[in-house]
Amino acid sequence: MTALSQSLRTFRASATPGQMALAAAIALFLAFFLVVPVATVIYVAFTEQGTGAFTLINFSDFFKNDLFLRSTWNSIWVALMTVAWASAIALPLAYITTRFEFKGALIIQTLGFLPLVMPPFVGAVAMQLLFGRNGTFNLLLDEHFGFKIPFMEGLWGVVFVEALHYFPFILVNLSVALRNIDRSMEEAAQNLGCSGFRLFRRVVFPLAMPGYVAGAALVFVKVFDDLATPLLLNVKEMLAPQAYLRVTSIGIADPMGYVISVVLIITSVLAVWLSTLSLRGKDFATTQRGGGGLSRRKLKPLGSVAAYSVVTFLLLLVLAPHIGLLILSFATVWSFAPLPDGYTVVHYARVFDDSWVYIKNTLIYASLAAGIDVVIGGSIAYLVLRTKLVGRHWLDWAATASLAVPGVVIGIGYLRAFYDVTLPNGAPLATFWLVIVLALAIRRLPYALRAIFAALQQISVSLEEAAENLGATKGRTMRRVLIPLMMGGMLAGFVTSFATAAVELSATLMLVQSNADAPLAYGIYVFMQSASGRGAGAALGVIAVVFVAICTYLSHVMVERSQRSRGLNQ
Amino acid sequence: MWRPLAAAAAIVAALGMSAASAQTGKVTVVTSFAKDVTDPFKRAFEKAYPGVTLDVQNRNTNSAVRFIEETKSNNQIDLMWASAPDAFEVLKNKKLLQAYKPKSSGIPEKVGSYPINDPDGFYFGFAASGYGIMWNERYAKANRLPEPREWQDLAKPAFFDHVSIAAPSRSGTTHLTIETILQGEGWDKGWRTVKEMAGNFRNVTERSFGVPEAVNSGQVGVGIVIDFFAFSAQAAGFPVKFNYPSVTTVVPANIGVIVNAPNTAGAQAFIDFLLSPVGQEVLLDPGIRRLPVLAATYEKAPAGYPNPFKDARFQKMMLFDVDKSEVRTAAVDVLFDQLISFQLESLKGATKSIHDAEAAIAKKANPKASALVTEARNLIAAMPINEAQAASQEIRSAFTGGKEKGARQAELEQQWATFARERYTQAKAKADEALKIAR
Repeated sequence: MTALSQSLRTFRASATPGQMALAAAIALFLAFFLVVPVATVIYVAFTEQGTGAFTLINFSDFFKNDLFLRSTWNSIWVALMTVAWASAIALPLAYITTRFEFKGALIIQTLGFLPLVMPPFVGAVAMQLLFGRNGTFNLLLDEHFGFKIPFMEGLWGVVFVEALHYFPFILVNLSVALRNIDRSMEEAAQNLGCSGFRLFRRVVFPLAMPGYVAGAALVFVKVFDDLATPLLLNVKEMLAPQAYLRVTSIGIADPMGYVISVVLIITSVLAVWLSTLSLRGKDFATTQRGGGGLSRRKLKPLGSVAAYSVVTFLLLLVLAPHIGLLILSFATVWSFAPLPDGYTVVHYARVFDDSWVYIKNTLIYASLAAGIDVVIGGSIAYLVLRTKLVGRHWLDWAATASLAVPGVVIGIGYLRAFYDVTLPNGAPLATFWLVIVLALAIRRLPYALRAIFAALQQISVSLEEAAENLGATKGRTMRRVLIPLMMGGMLAGFVTSFATAAVELSATLMLVQSNADAPLAYGIYVFMQSASGRGAGAALGVIAVVFVAICTYLSHVMVERSQRSRGLNQ
Repeated sequence: MWRPLAAAAAIVAALGMSAASAQTGKVTVVTSFAKDVTDPFKRAFEKAYPGVTLDVQNRNTNSAVRFIEETKSNNQIDLMWASAPDAFEVLKNKKLLQAYKPKSSGIPEKVGSYPINDPDGFYFGFAASGYGIMWNERYAKANRLPEPREWQDLAKPAFFDHVSIAAPSRSGTTHLTIETILQGEGWDKGWRTVKEMAGNFRNVTERSFGVPEAVNSGQVGVGIVIDFFAFSAQAAGFPVKFNYPSVTTVVPANIGVIVNAPNTAGAQAFIDFLLSPVGQEVLLDPGIRRLPVLAATYEKAPAGYPNPFKDARFQKMMLFDVDKSEVRTAAVDVLFDQLISFQLESLKGATKSIHDAEAAIAKKANPKASALVTEARNLIAAMPINEAQAASQEIRSAFTGGKEKGARQAELEQQWATFARERYTQAKAKADEALKIAR
């Protein structure tokens, strides 16, 4: 009894009532829209096939099966290699655009972000037409030099495509982190005689570590849980594709798909836990704010040439799929040839009528979902980093676990949990389009959460203490001090959630109930199931990419402006 | 921060409600067919029945079955419209379809040797499709591939690494293709053919459409597909061709009314329309190109359009035993996955060695090497279970979970995979040895 009241007292002492209410609200949200729906599906992992009795035998089967063990190692290897290659692409881009006076830095930041927006199916076709065994590059290589490069074969192919696809997670988070570094730190190091690469390695990069780790953790978990890329390359011996193939086969009630889902969830949470552990015990916060980050140096002519060529090369590489997509959308027939046989605009004319509905829906769904993500992600980051609330880490872990849940499991879970709830007009709740928004918000929450988490780690708590000492309430401090300072991270989170939600398909496909409620990704899917729909699907894909690019560019402009307006010396 | 958000949510909620409640004369159909197929039907149907709208929900066959199953308590779907007969069997067995007797005339009982309609009247064939081999002409020319005519042709060394197929566990149509070969040639001989072909596979895709897509774009030379994928690709201008092998069957693509459909009358009207002369004629649309089940419609078809009711090749096509197929569906799918899909590298390795050894023997006869190659081929063809076991209750309950405790699915999979891997490794060793002594 005393022990209980004791622990109750420490619990109460750990946070203010307002914070506790916030935590409870978020816990309820996650329970309702993530934990319960998912649990209604994957509890099967713990039951005996046929009888439904509780058992752990399925997990022992998992560890006795060569295929599953091989898949596990393949997934881990691919995820680690992808982090390495994605870093190799993202580091130079982030460094050059934030550290030097570089014309078009804003455009590069926007373009460097686009690979995340790869519309389903068409993106894959475009990649194959460029990098595939008989894609543009290999046909030309074969013709002129007599050899081919297996860009898209096997596990290395997965690493290649995933690195091109997901490096923006590192780019975005690292760029924000670099901008947030206190200039005086760099100046102090320079005064002590440090410069060049050593300055970057010993001072700048370590200070930007939270951003890098946030991005790298996201890349690892996302790649580990990704099923679209391996399946497009016909690599099935990885964990996420194995789970997907089993969960979605008709007529077979096999528990192993759900067992693999459980393994995926545990591994993902473990990876995020390890990444926070790697930052523990170090302080990344700096107090000075508003200087617009690190000083931007002018490039010498030679350095300028080098920087521009590196950036151009990387951008051409990572945007190749989008260039392929653009060509495909104008192509008549493109088959076993470096370039299409002819060009036409008829595909755009064909999708023009439909696309407005799709664009409108995508805009509503993705922006509402990203808005929800920023609010909830921001609250979780605040609770974890700024309070001592017992169990606050569980919120972080639960939110992160959603990355590992296959979209189709969320889709089925939502149908199970919400189909029997009726709306006032008699229609089931699960058919209401707001449910799609919630599914998207849950699926993309980890992106916003990690971005804001990293931003908050870089802000010194002394700024808030100063505000509170001057009499500001917690709420006012948050509104007037914390949120303006986190703006970069919040926008980065919003943009990543928004852009990726705009092209999400797997959960949407289960939940979309009519064409009038359908987003762009669904429109693309509908076209991409037939030979003559390929060009039209590509045209819709181009529309999706351009649309997200404009939204991203606008938000980058907003970040730049807000930083400049608060700047000390501009 | 919260107030504007809440207001926005309230407004969008109100908008959503009003849109959802305005549903009169709406027929909702869940389908795996592409927009190219559904749009012409939607237009023609809405023209024939003014005031009725056809609401099309696109889902792949797996999600469609899953969706209907999960939402049965408050069903909002009128019709299921898809190719694979096995998906309709699953729905029928789960009591999710309602019986109907279409008001149509002139539709024969059988196409080829397959009954067009479900004998119990739960689902109806509206178009026929046959399985065959599709190839990309430019690819074939560049790689000097001969014209493929029979399944056995695909096992020839010339096709090594050039053939693609969808996994039968993922694609109902491919499942039927494999089952057709197994029934046409018998269990052991059929699996031998399948595995000899599989030794030449470039990949095993998880979507039916993944195969024609790869052939269209020239990433793969040859695909095992359902006929209309090839015909509609030809209509779209792709340089592809198609052959029906002699062991194949034409089977119908189907439609059925869902139990508790909100608009049963509308659903039945759509079925009647689909089977009427006007509806059947839509199938000839260049973007659709499926074989009508109404014999009279072929009079309006362009020259060279295959006609399963007249052409001799379709009359030869073998009889397909639906019951035999059904009891072993899961076993065949899982066998294919464990022996072929997930062992493709070692199977291809062994096949390549056999091809090389046979090429050497062809140049210089060597009986000892020939014997080794035969052994290697037998090792590849070996099956972990026989035909009777595949249909046995014990194996079936491993996939559905039976009362009596047999082996679990995961255990069977592990056994079968190990069986295949060991034999493919031995086969490769034998073939390599044969090559050494034959050279």
